[in-house]
Amino acid sequence: MSTHEGLIGSAATSAATSTSASSSASASVRTVVELHGVTKEYAGGVAALRGVDLTVAEGELLGIVGPSGSGKSTLLHIVGTLDRPTAGSVAIAGHDISRLSDRALSALRAQHIGFVFQSFHLVSGVSARDNVAEGLLYSGLSRAERSRRAAEALDRVGLGDRMKHRPHELSGGQKQRVAIARAVVGEPDLLLADEPTGALDSASGEAVMALLHDLNQDGATIAVITHDTEIAARLPRQVRIRDGQVVADVGNAPVSDVGNEPMSDGTRCVAP
Amino acid sequence: MTVTRRNRGKLSPARLGPRDVLHVGAAGLRSRPVRVVLSSLGIAIGIATMIAVVGISASSQAQLLRKLDALGTNMLVVTPGEEMFSGQDTKLPETAPGMVGQIKGVEQVGATGDVDHSARRSEKIDEDETNGITVKAAQGKLLETLRGTMRSGSWLNEATGRYPSVVLGHVTARRLGVTEPGQQVFIGGRYFTVTGILDPLPLAPEIERSALVGWDAAEQYLGFDGHPTSVYERSADGTVDAVRELLAPTVNPENPQAVAVTDPSAALQAKAATEGAFSTLLLGLGGIALLVGGVGVANTMIISVLERRHEIGLRRSLGATKGQIRVQFVAESLLLSGLGGLAGVALGAAATAVYASSGGMPWVVPPWAVGGGFGATLVIGTIAGLYPAVRAAHLSPTLALQTA
Ligand SMILES: Nc1ncnc2c1ncn2[C@@H]1O[C@H](COP(=O)(O)OP(=O)(O)OP(=O)(O)O)[C@@H](O)[C@H]1O
Ligand SMILES: [Mg+2]
Repeated sequence: MSTHEGLIGSAATSAATSTSASSSASASVRTVVELHGVTKEYAGGVAALRGVDLTVAEGELLGIVGPSGSGKSTLLHIVGTLDRPTAGSVAIAGHDISRLSDRALSALRAQHIGFVFQSFHLVSGVSARDNVAEGLLYSGLSRAERSRRAAEALDRVGLGDRMKHRPHELSGGQKQRVAIARAVVGEPDLLLADEPTGALDSASGEAVMALLHDLNQDGATIAVITHDTEIAARLPRQVRIRDGQVVADVGNAPVSDVGNEPMSDGTRCVAP
Repeated sequence: MTVTRRNRGKLSPARLGPRDVLHVGAAGLRSRPVRVVLSSLGIAIGIATMIAVVGISASSQAQLLRKLDALGTNMLVVTPGEEMFSGQDTKLPETAPGMVGQIKGVEQVGATGDVDHSARRSEKIDEDETNGITVKAAQGKLLETLRGTMRSGSWLNEATGRYPSVVLGHVTARRLGVTEPGQQVFIGGRYFTVTGILDPLPLAPEIERSALVGWDAAEQYLGFDGHPTSVYERSADGTVDAVRELLAPTVNPENPQAVAVTDPSAALQAKAATEGAFSTLLLGLGGIALLVGGVGVANTMIISVLERRHEIGLRRSLGATKGQIRVQFVAESLLLSGLGGLAGVALGAAATAVYASSGGMPWVVPPWAVGGGFGATLVIGTIAGLYPAVRAAHLSPTLALQTA
């Protein structure tokens, strides 16, 4: 993904409460996520998702917001193919997941999706570099190559000087940046983060969000669940969830994005 | 909306190489060394017991075989057989030792003849108190034929054989309380001077319990009739069977049935065979320890899976297939039991070494026992790890990732 494509992508779709708006986008923009009428019911009759439609194009940075228990994590799990919907269709990176076996879904995650969790889930006692390399373990790359790319990814998240540090020798924010490096080391088509700043103080949270913005500028497609309205307000697109349904899908003007002025109806024009 | 269904080829998971399997399998062990030691201890004890049981019996057997090798299996003993009709004990002809010496292949000949007297420490002791000791006349190269050695003093020679001198078997010396040459023993109404004491003679226990006097001295002082009771001969290894056939007809041409020929090494060979058969009871105990060890490993693995739910969820999110999660935990279980097995083999071999060196035995640990024991741990490791591994693989990734 080039930087240029990423910008077009975010510009093209961030406006869209309606899918028609984005259909005018250039044909070169790929759709990374496409959900239609997705429903998820848990045993016991809890309907965590009730008919969700969601489309995410390559290069977008969107926030998923909503009250506790509204179904945000459930949605993220389904988008991340960790769970299958009860009804509805899910296509990730062009693959219809209902037609994929568990093995194929694993391969899809290994090749196309990166996850960041609120509680980092780093392997304790293992250096930052090895933790990041673990993100490529199921990619089929050689050991040496995994280690080389892990070093690059750590550099990318600004932790080039912490390669040998183990998780307990890192601050919360640094741990989350290691986790982000692990998620992006495989250059996934989609980065999913469930409250990545939830366990961090505001300064560390700022740094993590700045990193996500940075990665997005470089072309990464990112979906972030957040409770922090301030953080959400700065994201180019917000999807609001309530009681398992999408109640709003709005685009904000990216703070630093000078080239894409919002139009009067909230839809921005597409940069040529 | 342009939905570009770019098909990037079939989605198939990458294979984990053997080194990566080892890496993920060892991941759970590195962080908990104490648990690793404790849970593989059961397996180690089981394998150690089995290796030690097999090793110790193999060492004892090796020692017996070595002894047998030193003693040789080429010695035969000629004794009087039972008279067919009268049932009386017959006597060997006086010429028997000389005739045996004529047989082709015979290299050494010695003979003893029973003397009807008891050996006592002094005249004050009752004549009937034999202590199980017999007095024998000795002739020819008896000591060489038996491959015997002197513990102290010297064997009978031309000179001492004619005088009241006596050589004692080691059992005789102990029973009579004779500790060194020069002391006296009372036989047939006179004192004999002890000139030497023999080392143990595994091939001729009857001589260990004898007091040996020279052939001439026995005839002169003790009324010995000159008939040998046992003729010992040693022949070249390849001729033993041929010599065995010829012994009886040579010693007593008229009545070969009245001559018995025995092979004293046969008993030792049989003993060596039984030494090799280890105690199945002890082996069974080792097996039970091994089984208990296996249960311990299975238990540890179940706990490990419970504790590492997050890691399992994380690995699934990173793209691990169910199969790869299964392989990871089976590998961990195999490592756990394999470490126990290695420690057990080392421990069992060490125990065998201690036992062998304290008994002056050669140190033998049969390779099949090592291979079998280690193979058993791998089978146990697989079985113990399979159920926890299947559970780990079936864990829902979303549940595993929940921070609870
Ligand atoms: N495994 C499960 N079994 C049954 N019900 C579940 C399960 N997981 C989630 N739920 C229910 O589904 C609903 C949505 O849960 P979800 O975790 O998606 O909420 P959320 O929006 O992420 O909330 P939060 O902001 O607190 O993380 C909740 O009512 C929850 O109780
Ligand atoms: Mg949640």
